[in-house]
Amino acid sequence: MFKFEPRGQRSQFWSYGSPVLALLLTIVTTGILFAIMGKSPGVAVFTFLVEPLLDSNGISALAIKAAPLIMIGVGLSLCYRANVWNIGAEGQFTLGAIFGGGFALSFPDAPGWWLYPAVLAFGILGGAFWAAIVALLKTHYNANEILTSLMLTYVAQLVLIWLVTGPWRDPKGFGFPQTALFSDAATTPTLFEGSSIHFGCVVAPLAAVAVWLLMSKSVLGFQLRVVGEAPRAARFAGFKESRLIWIALLISGGLAGLAGVFEVTGPIGQLTTSISPGYGFTAVIVAFLGRLHPIGAIFAGLLLALSYLGGNAAQIDLGLPNAVTGIFQGVLLFYLLGCDILILYRLKRPRSAPVAAGAVP
Amino acid sequence: MAPDALSSPHSLLRLSGIVKQFPGCLANDHVDLVVGHNEIHALLGENGAGKSTLVKIIYGVMKPDSGEVRWQEQPVTIQNPAHARRLGIGMVFQHFSLFESLTVAENIALGVNDAADREGLRDRIVEISEGYGLPLDPGQAVHDLSVGERQRIEIVRCLLQKPKLLIMDEPTSVLTPQEVGKLFTVLRRLQSEGCSVLYISHKLEEIRALCDKATIMRLGRVVAHCTPSEKTAKELAELMISAELKTHTSRPAFDNAAKPRLVLDRLSVRSTQQFGTDLKQINLSVASGEILGIAGIAGNGQSELMDALSGEVPSGKPEAIMLDGAAVGHMGPQERRRLGGCFVPEERNGHGAVTNMTLAENGFLSGHARGLMSRFGIVNHTRTAAFATDIIKRFDVRTTGPKAEAQSLSGGNLQKFLVGREVHQDPTLLVISQPTWGVDAGAAVAIHEAIVRLAEKGTAVVIISQDLDEIMLLCDRIAVIAGGRLSEPTDVKNATIEQIGLLMGGTNTAPVEKETALVQV
Repeated sequence: MFKFEPRGQRSQFWSYGSPVLALLLTIVTTGILFAIMGKSPGVAVFTFLVEPLLDSNGISALAIKAAPLIMIGVGLSLCYRANVWNIGAEGQFTLGAIFGGGFALSFPDAPGWWLYPAVLAFGILGGAFWAAIVALLKTHYNANEILTSLMLTYVAQLVLIWLVTGPWRDPKGFGFPQTALFSDAATTPTLFEGSSIHFGCVVAPLAAVAVWLLMSKSVLGFQLRVVGEAPRAARFAGFKESRLIWIALLISGGLAGLAGVFEVTGPIGQLTTSISPGYGFTAVIVAFLGRLHPIGAIFAGLLLALSYLGGNAAQIDLGLPNAVTGIFQGVLLFYLLGCDILILYRLKRPRSAPVAAGAVP
Repeated sequence: MAPDALSSPHSLLRLSGIVKQFPGCLANDHVDLVVGHNEIHALLGENGAGKSTLVKIIYGVMKPDSGEVRWQEQPVTIQNPAHARRLGIGMVFQHFSLFESLTVAENIALGVNDAADREGLRDRIVEISEGYGLPLDPGQAVHDLSVGERQRIEIVRCLLQKPKLLIMDEPTSVLTPQEVGKLFTVLRRLQSEGCSVLYISHKLEEIRALCDKATIMRLGRVVAHCTPSEKTAKELAELMISAELKTHTSRPAFDNAAKPRLVLDRLSVRSTQQFGTDLKQINLSVASGEILGIAGIAGNGQSELMDALSGEVPSGKPEAIMLDGAAVGHMGPQERRRLGGCFVPEERNGHGAVTNMTLAENGFLSGHARGLMSRFGIVNHTRTAAFATDIIKRFDVRTTGPKAEAQSLSGGNLQKFLVGREVHQDPTLLVISQPTWGVDAGAAVAIHEAIVRLAEKGTAVVIISQDLDEIMLLCDRIAVIAGGRLSEPTDVKNATIEQIGLLMGGTNTAPVEKETALVQV
């Protein structure tokens, strides 16, 4: 039997090693799972994790999936650093799509160059607005943000369904629950001819760098970190906790909203009832896998984007259910949280108990 | 009593040749220690002498690299604290291990392994706590309790196990003279009931008054075994520390006509804690160059007063607190700092300092208010590191540099840094709570010296402390806080311990009645 023994301080090595170990364990576990389902684990893991990248469209598909994950994950890592547990990025993503998309729909005839920036701004506003409700409830009524943000996600989803099946439904859409396509002027441009990599794929890493600079260089970032680490020390320093809660939620909500508006004005092109395969929830894993560091979120975002593509590939090539993606993500988070124990504890095989006590010199 | 008397030639606990090596530090170097039955035994030494390591070995928290432990003359290997408790060893740590969100009774129940023992636990807590004069309300949440009250929980928790040996690590560092007296009564009674006590301290007078035997450690080695009552405090101190203690030179009495820098006018603040003490109509004036001490029993409004002065809890009425003629009662900590106020809270970890941030970042924590370390909202890392480096140099903080995390420093060094951080800003007002709690003698002298130097330069200093000796040593005037009211300050020269003790009793604290409880059981 092994025992965990406190290290006394955080292990630098394992704070980076833990996600790698978690990934390896996840691959082994999913491999076993594939084997149980009668597939060769080697082939299945290859199909799941490598094959999507070999496809000619693989890289662009990966970038498109990673962009929202990174954008949301970066915002969440800032939020979690400040000890504000925003679990409702999915809802903020949805509201960003509704606000930005709604604005785009109200100007179908391309009134000017300012339309597209305004669409993005409305997306940010929508996500921030949804997060602001959480901030208000927390700072004024001390309501737990985990619950409120999560519940607001379902409200957001219902609002979206109501809009696209009701007032915003495309009259020429044969009754499908979707809006009209956005005008060209309100559509997120692609970067290269023949590739579907869009403007948002560039904004995502830029957002990560911006948040990284904010957290490491600015007084505001310092305040957010202090309030997350030691709220009493923040009070001692005179940092206003409720102000920082607002800021953390507005930034993470705004980034989720931006991701939402990029998604609907880019790859989707209209509002429908399902605009996200759970980006907002997956981004929670992205934030933790990236060690709550904005740059780490870039790598984590790419990996989890791959899990979406891998799910598709496994479904098409091997006839495995699409749920493989969810299982991979869940197992990964499980192992990650488990492996994090190694940051504070070391594994030790206890010396066999002395037979006769006192035999030690 | 009879079996104890029979076995008295034998020892209760005998350690021989204990060695414990840490990376880069030999914490225990062939340490011998013998604790007899019915004995109060002092373990004396500066911070870093290896006392804590030794008691952790005794309590089964650590295992020695070599050496022998005998319990009642039987060799044992103490596997873990639960094993130690089964043997009959109880320990009250200097830093308490309590869950803040749980109640007193729940915290104690967590230490009780046998479910059957939890039956009637509340009653037994009340019985023991009342019986030994350690009043506790089992239903109260720990986060609302003062340090002194939290210690009572730890003691009661040990007493429930009916130990044969009780280890106490620096128990009196936060207690008033009355509380210390009561603790001694408790310990002597335990002794008469057949329980030995291993008493760790660096307070020499206490050890002389209380302990039968003493083992003195320095730098991991035992330097002497002695009978403390036969030694003078000076002799003990010389054994304990290699260098001679530097005390600050006596300074001229402050000018009575000096202008007041801090004036409190009928300051009343509701406590933010559920069971806290409201501040009631506090009047006070502290002049430039004056050091004023505020004494009092733990939990009588000290933390509320500290919060009110630092601005963590604004008083609402601006004129209630005047700082250099400006009404600041409504202001937060940053605004008060900009007007020249500096503050050192009682708790280092998580209040005065963020433990897993670097010293540079911790310097920035309070130093940034002056606006010298940031521009346009961007932290100037060069200046921030320089600020921390200055503090480290000026106050002789033992550390690897400004990039060291606060938690890597010993308590004394971190406190030097935190006091230095405020002193280095040349404040016009310094309010400091428990300046030397849990700090070794060398660091305490350095901190005292820094405070005195600051006052000489014209800063008004307020020290909130439960260490009366400290107040008597440093302060010009002393006031006593009791039940949220502050007494009229008196000159330290004219104050007597009896008079101060009486004031500490106050109106709504009732230590006297509790004395009678001691007679029962």
